[in-house]
This record gives sequence, structure tokens and C-alpha cells, in this order.
Amino acid sequence: MTNDDIEFAQNRLELISFRIGEQEYCVDIMAVREIRGWAAATPLPQSPPYVRGVINLRGAVLPIIDLANRLGFGVTEPNARHVIIVVRIGSRVVGLLVDAVSEILTTTADAIQPTPDVACDAVKRFVKGILAVEGRMISWIVLDQILPDQSLEEAA
Amino acid sequence: MSMRILTVDDSRMMREMLLMALKGAGFDVVQAEDGEHGLAVLAEHGADVIITDINMPKLDGFGFIERVRGVEQHRATPILVLSTESDAAKKARARDAGATGWIVKPFDAARLVEAIRRVSA
Amino acid sequence: MDPMDAIKVTFFQECDEQLGELEAGLMALEEGTGDRETVNAVFRAVHSVKGGAGAFGFEDLVKFSHTFETVLDLMRSDKLAISADVVHVMLRASDVLADLVHAARDGGTVDQDRCNTLMEELEHLALGDNAPAVTAAPAATAPPASPDADPEPDEWGFVPLRVSVDDVPLLDTPTEAAGGEEIWKITFTPRPTLYAKGSDATILLRELALLGDCDVAVDDTLVPSLDAMDVNASYLSWTCFLNSDKDEAAIREIFDFVEGDCDLIVERVSAQAPAPIAAPMPVIEPVAPPPVVAAAPAPAPTPKPSAAPAPTPAAKAAPAAVAAADAESKGGAPAANATIRVDLERVDRLIDLVGELVINQAMLAQRVAETGVARSSNVAMGLDELEQLTRELQDSVMAIRAQPVKSVFQRMPRLVREIATATNKQVRLVMDGEGTEVDKTVIERLSDPITHMLRNAVDHGLETTQERIDAGKPAEGTIRLAALHRSGRIVIEVADDGRGINRERVKAKAIEKGLIPPDLNMTDEEIDNIIFLPGFSTASTISDISGRGVGMDVVKRSIQALGGRISITSNPGKGSTFTLSLPLTLAVLDGMVVSAAQQTLIAPLTTIIETLQPKPGEVRRLGPNRTVIAVRDAFVPLVDVGVALGFRKESAQPDSGVVLLVESEGGGRAALLVDDIQGQRQVVIKSLEANYQRVEGVAAATILGDGRVALILDVDGLIAQRVSETRNETQLAKAG
Repeated sequence: MTNDDIEFAQNRLELISFRIGEQEYCVDIMAVREIRGWAAATPLPQSPPYVRGVINLRGAVLPIIDLANRLGFGVTEPNARHVIIVVRIGSRVVGLLVDAVSEILTTTADAIQPTPDVACDAVKRFVKGILAVEGRMISWIVLDQILPDQSLEEAA
Repeated sequence: MSMRILTVDDSRMMREMLLMALKGAGFDVVQAEDGEHGLAVLAEHGADVIITDINMPKLDGFGFIERVRGVEQHRATPILVLSTESDAAKKARARDAGATGWIVKPFDAARLVEAIRRVSA
Repeated sequence: MDPMDAIKVTFFQECDEQLGELEAGLMALEEGTGDRETVNAVFRAVHSVKGGAGAFGFEDLVKFSHTFETVLDLMRSDKLAISADVVHVMLRASDVLADLVHAARDGGTVDQDRCNTLMEELEHLALGDNAPAVTAAPAATAPPASPDADPEPDEWGFVPLRVSVDDVPLLDTPTEAAGGEEIWKITFTPRPTLYAKGSDATILLRELALLGDCDVAVDDTLVPSLDAMDVNASYLSWTCFLNSDKDEAAIREIFDFVEGDCDLIVERVSAQAPAPIAAPMPVIEPVAPPPVVAAAPAPAPTPKPSAAPAPTPAAKAAPAAVAAADAESKGGAPAANATIRVDLERVDRLIDLVGELVINQAMLAQRVAETGVARSSNVAMGLDELEQLTRELQDSVMAIRAQPVKSVFQRMPRLVREIATATNKQVRLVMDGEGTEVDKTVIERLSDPITHMLRNAVDHGLETTQERIDAGKPAEGTIRLAALHRSGRIVIEVADDGRGINRERVKAKAIEKGLIPPDLNMTDEEIDNIIFLPGFSTASTISDISGRGVGMDVVKRSIQALGGRISITSNPGKGSTFTLSLPLTLAVLDGMVVSAAQQTLIAPLTTIIETLQPKPGEVRRLGPNRTVIAVRDAFVPLVDVGVALGFRKESAQPDSGVVLLVESEGGGRAALLVDDIQGQRQVVIKSLEANYQRVEGVAAATILGDGRVALILDVDGLIAQRVSETRNETQLAKAG
């Protein structure tokens, strides 16, 4: 391998892109465990609206996050066509409720552009950058803040 | 058929170290964790050479050696004491009990093997 | 992994065990319940640590343990009296030893001053009775040279007495007679008169052995059978091959004394291998004169394995790779309570699998039931059996992980010693019920809460020594740590005989901090439990030993997260008692399956006293939002579960639902109103916090037969929540 090859390998990003409403987003494929069809979640008491509940994934109890709501949109009414992207966030495994999964993108770190300033707070908090692909604008979501902030919750 | 060595020591760590050293040299090893257990293991599995500690619960090395010497079959089995102590009085006592040799811990694996071969040749 | 690394791990594991034995033994001596064997065990523990430390080259540890061992040796050979003072020094030394071991293991440092102080105290004890000065600690590496003047290589303490076997040459290297050395053949046959004069063949032969490499064989061909034997006769003869540079005169000199009482032949032999002794020889009995010994062989100590007094466990199988190698070297018979060591991961995996099996079996049963198959059909009956077997399997598997709380308890005496020293108080810790068994998942979570309760007890519960004396109490405070099983849970109690809770002060402080409204009516018990309110613990007096200033509220929450409860009761002037209760296992739960607001929920069976069908007249309203139900002659607060969990806004009609009468650890009762009872099940507990976080009112989750997740109610939490809500509402009402 030449030096250039090595550098290239380190710079490479693989992302899974998905759709919520009209918008496209993506996450690092390294965080993704699997993709599932929708399953009805058991609601959790006293939880924020974007926490839809929990489902059973082969014996593990997984919270389902309504990503649309988390990003500032309204609460999603899920149906059988929705998709759950199972991701790992730190030591937790969590499901993200999205409309559909699009494709796997390969790109490099320098292709990511910074988020425009006009974006609202929720977006700024979760969107790490923008990727332009074939004229489409895909927002790269960073997951570590997706779950409810525990310390805030407890003070409530 | 390889020679069988009985190792008697209440320290798990020591038993593991002995196992490593002896198996590496091609011996067959059986283990016990105190004098009483040693007698039981000896009765069930037999041994060609015995290596024993002194300080052990239930039946200490001295008592163990004496009892082994009382067993018809093992009057002649070489018994090596492996101990951290090197006290002359203790060595004498071991000798009186019927021990064949005394090795001080920490032991050098090669020397131990050599010693075993010497007493059992 | 480098095999030595694996053995190092074993060493440190063993050290921990030894340290535990050491402390237990010393405490027994302190309490006067120890005996000679206790002292021996304590000695062996330190001796063991020292030995291993030497093998790995842990200098500091070797040095300290050597001095420690020396003192213990004096104690076990009665050269040093085992007074209370001495035992106290021993205890403190054991603490330092533990620190040194852990520093060696983790690469940390120890408190050098403390270490030096103890070393001095130990040396002082060692020298105290004019006992020989503590010998210099052995080097941590190469074995010391033999102190005996034997011409043998280092590790031999004495010359091996050759044990001859059949026709093998008796000398190792009969061909060498290295410079000046020759090979002598000495035939020695004592006559009866030799023994009659009190001489002993062994001694003579030993002296012979001092002259050089000596191989001795005995000829017992003349020894008659037992009944024909004359104890005064002499039947044995010895043949020795001596490799020595000494001359014949020196050899004969040894037998000078007994010249007339034996037949002695000394011959120089060639360098050839000598003719072997004809018959196989038994080893020389070095004790009593041979005939006697030959006549009375020691009672054959070949214990039948089953008769072995203390059932010796079969050799333990070390985890992973060593297990395979060890397999054939396992010795000893499996006695009554044989044990094996098993990799914990394997056990956990097994338990997970069994948990899945339970869920699966339930799902299967449900689906079959849905197909409408008759209950009496083969399929249904087969499934019933399957359920039975699965249950039993689960019980057995859970029992594997059950461990006595001893492992958690045994750290506590040292903790109490240290806190006592730090707070300048005299404290005695009494422990009870160390054998109480609990699932491994729970045991690990016990340590922190118990530590906090003990800290609290010593620091806040107990008065200062002077205060105690003034109050007519013994200067030494007593704390009792006990574990017991009660109604399917494990209960831990920490009781002190201190000052109890100053209710006035506690209440005042809580009001001052705005935690409770000023004119609230509270029962004594409620006041006592104020210390569990968040924000109560004093940030202002974080004493050094309360460390990070962790408050009791954090402790309570972590207990609740496990489905446990904690409370305190107090008797002013007499003392306080913390009571902590936890489920026996965090893995399974017996629950009642209920539904509320279209949600399926599980209520832990241990909390349920009875179920009731409320009748219209029994339900009363007290104030705008508080409902109670009459149960026999008492009124119990009614909690609508659906509303409490936020599944519905409006309360359901009580008489259309079912009531579960439940009880909390503190004794408080409530009536939980649900829509329907679906049955009783043993469920596998799944944590919500693994992937999410703690949820109010919910203890955990489980997976039902239909694959859906059902929430397990936190009954205590619901009761408490309701109570505080009511209080808030009452306050609001008053304010409004």
C-alpha cells in the first residue's frame, strides 16, 4: 500500500442515509447494528414525546426514538412502512424510527460541509455536517445526544 | 509411560507453577491441596515421585511424609520437600519423617526436574 | 497470555483469599474465639503470601510479610503471648499487607509512613522476648544456598538416601571417581547387641553419608513374618556405595563405637557399576530400630476416599485453557460437597439462555392456546410438562449463581476500623448471617450501599467516646451488620447503638432547605426517613471519610433501581437501624400480570397481600384528588395505576376494576387499581436502564409470551409517589 492509499483509508467514511419526511439524513455505518421493520412499542410512562416506548429485540429491551420529533418535527404516527435503525450509542443499543432507509454512501471526511448557521437549535445540536450528493442535501446526524439527557430529567 | 508426580501444596498458585514446570518436562501430574488430600490422591492414583510443601492445613508436610512412609507401597517412593524455609531443624525433622530431599522455593524449574530425575533414576 | 501472567492472576486471587483468612483469624483471636489452629492458619496465610511474592520479585511485599511472618511464627510456637495489644498490631499489619498486595497488583503506592510504623512495631514484637533477631529477609529471587555442610548442590538440604529399585545401578555415576574420590562398598550388619546398647543404624548410615555421595540399600531377606519375629533380634543388613575422597580409616571411624556389635566390611570397588543388590529393597525406616518398625508398619493410611474426614474437594478446574490441561491431573475422590471452578461468563451465558428458554416456552404455550387446542390434549399436556421442566431448570440454574454475602461482608471490618480511627471513636462491628445466599447479580450491588450505611452509622450514628461515657453507655460503640431472608427477599440490617436520629434537628434542617413545607404533619417514621430526600445530605460537613459526599438519596435511588427498598428506624438515645431489602435475584421475578389502560403490566407477587373486587360503597374521596378504599376496618390510599403511569388522564371507575392490596418495606399500604388480572407468571427481568434509563414507577421490564415488552411496576415507588403528590396537592390547596 502506498502512503496515499493509507491516508485514503483513514479518511474514508461509510454512511447509511435515510429519509424522514422530505429530508434526508445519514449516520456513520459503524454505529448501525441492524435495520428492522416497525414493531409496536410498549409506551414508557413519564417519558418525553420522542421516546415512543420499548421493543423486544431478541430478548433485549430497546428504546425507540422518534427521530423526527427529536429533530424538532411533530410526533410521528408510525405504521408498518416505517423502519427502525438499531444503533449503538455508547454502551446502549437504541432504535431510531425513520421513514425509510435509502442507501450506503462512501465519502471522505473533507467532503462534509459545516451546518449552516440558520439552522434551528435542535438541528444544530444533532447535525454534525452536511453532505452534498448528486444535488441532494444530506444531514449527518451525530447520535450521542439523541437520548434524553439524564441529569436534566432528574431535576425535573 | 511417563512418570507420575504427586504435588501437594495448599497454594493454588504453587500448584499451577508446578504443573507448568512438570508437564513441560513430560511428567504426568496429580495434585492435592493438603496432607490429607494428598494421601487420598496417592491412594487413588499412585505416584512415582512426591513433591510436598510443609505448611499446610489439616495435615502438614511432616505428618504427610510420615504417613506416606507408613504405606507399604510407598516406603521407597522419593519424597521431595518444596518449601520457602531452609531451617536446619525443619530439614532434620523432614529427614526423620522420611523425606528424600529438600528444595527451597522459589524453585528453578530445570533444577526441580533434574532433582526428580536424580531421585527416581 | 504468557503463562506466568496467568499464574500471577492466580497468585493475586489467592492473596485475596489469604488476606481474608488472615483477617478472619485475627478477628477470632481478638474476640477470644480462636485456638491453636487459628494461629496456624493465620501464620500460613502470611507465609503463603510471602512465598508467592518471592516468586514474582515483589520486594516490598516480601520484606513486610517476612517480618510479619516472623512475629506470627513466634506466636504459634508460644514464644510470644497473644495479648489483645499484640492482636491489634497484627490487625493493623494485616491492613498494611493488604495494601502492599494491592499495590503490587495494581502498580499503585502505599502509605509509606504507615508501612514503616508497622514494620517497626512488628520488629519490636519480634525482638521483645529476647527472641533471636529477625533474620534478614530472603532475597526475592534465587534460592538461598544450603546452610548444611553437605557436599550437595544448592537446593539440597541433605543427601538423598538412595532408594534402590531392582537392578538399577545404585550410584549415579559409578564410573567417575573425580579426583581423589573412590568408590567404597560398605556392608554393615548390626548384631542384636548394637540395638541393646541404644545405638541406631540410621545415625551411623547418616554419618557415612556425610562423607560423600552415598547410596544405601537394605537387605531384609532375613526378616521373618510377624509372628515369627523376635523384637530383640536383628534381621537387617545394609549395603552402601560411597563415593568419597575420604580414606578407609575415616569410614571405619564412624563405626568405631559399635565395632564389636556389628559385622562391617569395607571394600574399595572398581569404577565399574557394582553388582546390583538382588532383591528390591524397601526404604530405610529412619525412626525406631528397624525390626520394630518392620514388625509394625504404620497403620495403612490409605483412606478410602469416601471415608476422608473433611470431604476434600476434587482438584479445582482452573478456568479456560488451564482447565483442559488440568483435566487429567485432577486428583481426589468427589466427596460430599465437591466443587469445581467455572468461568463466570459461562454461567452467565447459561442463565441468559435459560431465560430465553423460559420466554420461548411461554410464547409457545400462548400460541398453542390460541389455536384452541383442548387442555386435555397431548399437546397441551406436553406443554404443561415442558413448563414444569423449564421452571425447575431455571431454579437450578439460578441456584448456581447464588453466593453467600460473606464476600461482601468481609471487607467491612476493615472499613469500620478505618472509619473509627479517622473519627477517633471506638467501634466494634458484629456480623451475622454471612452465609445468607443471594444471586451474584445482587451481591455486587450490595457493597456500596452497605458501605454507605456503615459510614453513616459510625460517623453520624455513634456519639463521640466522651459523649457515650457521659451518657452512661460503654465507650465502645457496637454496630451490627446482619443479612437474612425475609418473604422472598434478602434483608440487610445495619444497627448502631448510638444517639438515634434527632428528629427536631432533622425536621428543622429539612424545612430550612425547603425540602418539606413547614407545617407538615409527619409521623416519627417519616421524619426518620427524611435523610433519604435529595438535597438533604450536608454539603457543609463532608467529613473526610464520607468521601465524595454521596448522600443517602443517591444510595436510595441505586437501591430502588434494583427493585429494592431502604428505610431507617430510630430510637432516640438508643440507636438507629437501617433496613435494606433487595430481591433475591435480579434475574427473575414472580409476578401478577395485570392490565391498566390497555397496557399489560406486572406487579411483583412479593408485594401483593391480597386482591380485592371493590364494591361501590367502599371507595371514598378525601379532598379533591385523594381516594381511599375501605379494607376491613382501615382506609388505604387508592392509586389508579393507569393514571399514575400517565397512560390515562381520568381515573377509572373503581368498581369496574380490580384492586391489588400492596405493602411497602416501611409497612405502608396502598391499593393499586387496575383494570384486570390476567394471571400469575414467573418472568425474566430485563433491565430498562441497560439501554435507556430509570423510569419513575417502573422497576424493570420483561418480555411476554407474545414477544411484547411489559413493564414491571415499582410498587414502592408508586406508593411514595402518590403520597408526595397528595402532600403537594394539599399544600397547593392550602396556599391557594
